[in-house]
Amino acid sequence: MGCSRVLEADMTDLLLKADGLCKHFGALQVCNNLHLGVEKGELHGLIGPNGAGKTTVLNLISGLLTPDDGKLFLAGCDISRTSVHHRARLGLARAFQVTSLFNSSTVLENLSMAVQAHQGKGFHFWSNAARDRQILEPASAVMERMGLADRGNIPAGSLSHGERRQLEMGMALATQPAMLLLDEPMAGLGPGGSLKLSELISDLKGEITILLVEHDMQAVFSLADRISVLVQGEVVATDTPDAIRKNKLVQEAYLGGT
Amino acid sequence: MINRKAVINVLGLLIFLLLPPLTQLFGQEYLLSLFSRILIYGLAAASLDLILGYGGMVSLGHAVFMGIGGYSVGILAFHSYESTAFMSWPLLISGTENALLVWPVAVLAAAFFGLVTGAICLRTKGMHFIMITLAFAQMAYYFFVSLSTYGGSDGLSLYNRNTMPLFDLGSDVTFYYLCLGILLVFLLMGHRLMQSHFGRVISGCRENEQRVQVLGFASYRYKLACYTFAAAAAGLAGALLANQGEFVSPGLMHWTKSGEIMVMVLLGGMGTLTGPVLGAATLLLMEDFLAMYTEHWMVILGPFLIVVVLFAKRGLYGLLTGAGGRHD
Repeated sequence: MGCSRVLEADMTDLLLKADGLCKHFGALQVCNNLHLGVEKGELHGLIGPNGAGKTTVLNLISGLLTPDDGKLFLAGCDISRTSVHHRARLGLARAFQVTSLFNSSTVLENLSMAVQAHQGKGFHFWSNAARDRQILEPASAVMERMGLADRGNIPAGSLSHGERRQLEMGMALATQPAMLLLDEPMAGLGPGGSLKLSELISDLKGEITILLVEHDMQAVFSLADRISVLVQGEVVATDTPDAIRKNKLVQEAYLGGT
Repeated sequence: MINRKAVINVLGLLIFLLLPPLTQLFGQEYLLSLFSRILIYGLAAASLDLILGYGGMVSLGHAVFMGIGGYSVGILAFHSYESTAFMSWPLLISGTENALLVWPVAVLAAAFFGLVTGAICLRTKGMHFIMITLAFAQMAYYFFVSLSTYGGSDGLSLYNRNTMPLFDLGSDVTFYYLCLGILLVFLLMGHRLMQSHFGRVISGCRENEQRVQVLGFASYRYKLACYTFAAAAAGLAGALLANQGEFVSPGLMHWTKSGEIMVMVLLGGMGTLTGPVLGAATLLLMEDFLAMYTEHWMVILGPFLIVVVLFAKRGLYGLLTGAGGRHD
């Protein structure tokens, strides 16, 4: 496999391409011949009714699940059978729906882990990680960007729900990914928190390719360049937000005709 | 305010340094062998703490590495007495009692066994991991029970301890200080290791392994490296123990021994490295002390253990250093 980390120079049109992905859990077909293309630099929304398989798609992309059939390409390189950590090294970062942090570690330590992962510093047995400036500086920069600058020494487990979301996104960001997979970042946030996170995401827009799964329709339609609609494990439409709004098929299947 | 933890550590070190002259002063030299055993079990427990407390890998087979370390000493000494070769093909390995040869062999043998079994065990998690480590340990136990050449279930006795240039290991005081030195070096190394980039990843695996992988770390390799390192240290502890008691038997790697080491870690404080040494001291001293009064000493030890585990999150060491507190 000649896969290498995705660089700016790789001018492939599609950064991520899913080609006929299938996945079933027992008798339940969660993903059914799914085709999805995410262009480089775009913010691609993925919406669909409950149980449409949105999180499963993200799990397949990040490698936590293996597809039964179909292929997955990152910048033209087949990653269908690549391990989770290898995909991360190739430039795929993931923020989870249920925040997945190191709860007893501080905010700064959490981000440091992510930076350390990006720098490939793992098998360093002797130097003190807490004093590594090469790690601390980028970690602090992400902390600031995520609006957590004054929370550095607080354990992740003691943060508020909204702050945990911010940190979750910061963790993904700190690995300097080519592509960011965001799984319902606004879920469970109040209006204020939602707004703050929307701002953070739109701030990243153009800089990183983002695949955004979100229930908050208003947010998706205002943020996304293009939107794919997932119904029963199949992408039924991919288009601009305006076109998706007018799409009859989508209205029937998902928006309930409104 | 002076760091309470540093005070406790220095105090502990002073006590251990002064024990040999004190035992001489009070004419209780026989206690020195007990104190040596405390240091050796402390080393084994601290090594288990690396994988159990830091890495979250609950192994119930850690004593097997002690056993392998111990048997390395026993078997090589046996061939040395008999003037026979341990093996003659593909390369000739004859018996020896030279500690500078035997102890590295013990460490490497334990590390190798750790690498091979760990490669398999670490493919599982949780209860399965506990069971498979236990299974490997019991396999090794029955293997050595059936090795009649090396005494089978009766084990092997050594005529005397291994030899080492400059040090007279036959002297209990020298041997004690050597054990103390080795333990200190290990604690310093372990401390550095767990504060390093590597240690961060290991702690991350305990808390949230999926996250570690999604960030881009091949968690399996990190855990295997940690497991192998802990096995190597336990192997050295086994070699020391065989020398200390001048005896080695399969009982050294029985699962109850693994349980005992795990109790030391829990009692002293998981994820503290120094705590398990305190745990080893507490357990062995209580065992020795209570056994003088009653053969049913477990009746007292059991409840004591439950109270500590229930009410002190970081064990006795946590209580002393003030980092303890109850479970959330």
